[in-house]
Amino acid sequence: MSEQAISDSAFAAFLDQGQLQGSRCTSCEAVFVPPRGWCPKCHQSDMQWTRTSGTGRLFAFSCIAIGPPWMAAYGYDRDHPYCSAVVELDEGPRVVGRLEGVDTNDPENIKIGMWLVLQQDDSKSDDSRICPVFSPV
Amino acid sequence: MTKKRKLGRGVAVVGAGMSPFGMFAERTSTDLFIEAFQEMTGSVDKGFEPNDIDALYLGNFTNDFFVQQSHWGAILVDALGLVPKPATRTEGACASSALAFREAVFAIASGFYDIVLVGGFEQMSKQSTEQVAEGLALAASPYEREAGFTYPGVFGAIATAYFDRYGATREHLMNVTIKSHENGRLNPKAQHQRSISEIMASRIEKAASRGQSPPGWQDEKEFLADPQANPVIAWPTHLFDCSPISDGAACVLLVGEELAASFTDTPMHVRGLGQASGRNLHAADDLTSFEATRFAAREAYEMAGLSPADIQFAEVHDCFSIAEILHGEDLGFFDPGTGFKAVAEGLTRRDGPKPINTSGGLKCKGHPVGATGVAQLIEVWQQLRGEAGERQIPAKDLRFGAAHSMGGTGGTCTFTILERW
Ligand SMILES: [Zn+2]
Repeated sequence: MSEQAISDSAFAAFLDQGQLQGSRCTSCEAVFVPPRGWCPKCHQSDMQWTRTSGTGRLFAFSCIAIGPPWMAAYGYDRDHPYCSAVVELDEGPRVVGRLEGVDTNDPENIKIGMWLVLQQDDSKSDDSRICPVFSPV
Repeated sequence: MTKKRKLGRGVAVVGAGMSPFGMFAERTSTDLFIEAFQEMTGSVDKGFEPNDIDALYLGNFTNDFFVQQSHWGAILVDALGLVPKPATRTEGACASSALAFREAVFAIASGFYDIVLVGGFEQMSKQSTEQVAEGLALAASPYEREAGFTYPGVFGAIATAYFDRYGATREHLMNVTIKSHENGRLNPKAQHQRSISEIMASRIEKAASRGQSPPGWQDEKEFLADPQANPVIAWPTHLFDCSPISDGAACVLLVGEELAASFTDTPMHVRGLGQASGRNLHAADDLTSFEATRFAAREAYEMAGLSPADIQFAEVHDCFSIAEILHGEDLGFFDPGTGFKAVAEGLTRRDGPKPINTSGGLKCKGHPVGATGVAQLIEVWQQLRGEAGERQIPAKDLRFGAAHSMGGTGGTCTFTILERW
């Protein structure tokens, strides 16, 4: 737990430390990842940080051959697709992020439901974008 | 729990026009909009005076990004020679002009205006494919964008969830594509006017003329399964699953219902309207259904006092082929998890019991995103009036047709039912 205000930048700073932090509504106990400072169910702002395990299962994914220019700048292209994914965390919420450690040229072998774990991503430390990166357990 | 809604005053469509959809390097949005306006003017059976237009509602997603130009309301009013008529731009991603249509309906229903022009336009082809992907992704949440999701990627992910849940496969997406091309070939305004088998024949001919050995596709699905012919964009989304990069414009003329007879003997009446908002990809309850479509449809059906079975045909937002399958389910035409079977059985063909996207859909008609919502309504208008030419639905006595628009990943959805009296 942290007393830090709930914000995207704090979420990103936790990610840089290898932590996937969400927020929990003190009223209805719902957990949100990325964190929300305002509970959309209770319409109130008494929210606390809550750390997730960073593990979950693959819920949906795509191996993207034509990405935006900033992904192309990292060397991704038709021959080197990257995988963006929806991951269902053990705690329940789903997050979007990238999946590494899979063969993106063989997507038939990337299986919905496979177990994933958050990995620390220090390859793009100068990039301020918020993106949890997962890999297969 | 939706409230049964009603209009304070009936509203009718009395004219419609659109530019061709395609990639037009030499033409601006203004050029295309003027062409649509001119065609609309000619479509009003009893004629009308453009200066009688009270106001304009114009949908555009992001020409700001695509051609670095904003403030399109004033630009188009001036170009059309309608200064000082008020113009309001609406933005709801790919549903932008569907929102313009609703605002125009409300403005007339309130009694404030009598005659309103509704338009939509987008100019996308000046950008590279990568830039278009980035521009369209502006409609996604920041989390989706920063995870690298493009729209072909988002709908690819949705397809993986649908496949996993219901046992559909890429072959079922191909059925949508093949049907869209069969319809698009009959639409003179469409960006793609060839069936898949015509495309195959032309490529075989081209190979032969170059002295190459001809590709050995046995049928359309072998063609679509060939990674050379149909490359992956964002697996499982392939090129032929995607609506194209398009330029285009479309407009319709709306009037108070009691005034319609002075414009035409066959106006089309606004019978049901629905709009709803949805959640981001990661926060959605379900990736195999769009809650905003379900809510918008329920609202429109309740307003109209109709059920999905009453809607004889529809244009739905097939930005990607998987989307057409989901919409057929969310609009209540088919049970959840059966939409892919309905397409496979031919139920959504032009001569089937529930024709979907007789225009060729976004896939073949083209998808200049801001123009799409109005262009879908134009197809409904033409079909109801029996003016769809070669692609006219063979069923007799068309009375109820509908258009479904979707912005983003279901963030903004509309459903509009038109009726012929
Ligand atoms: Zn709460």
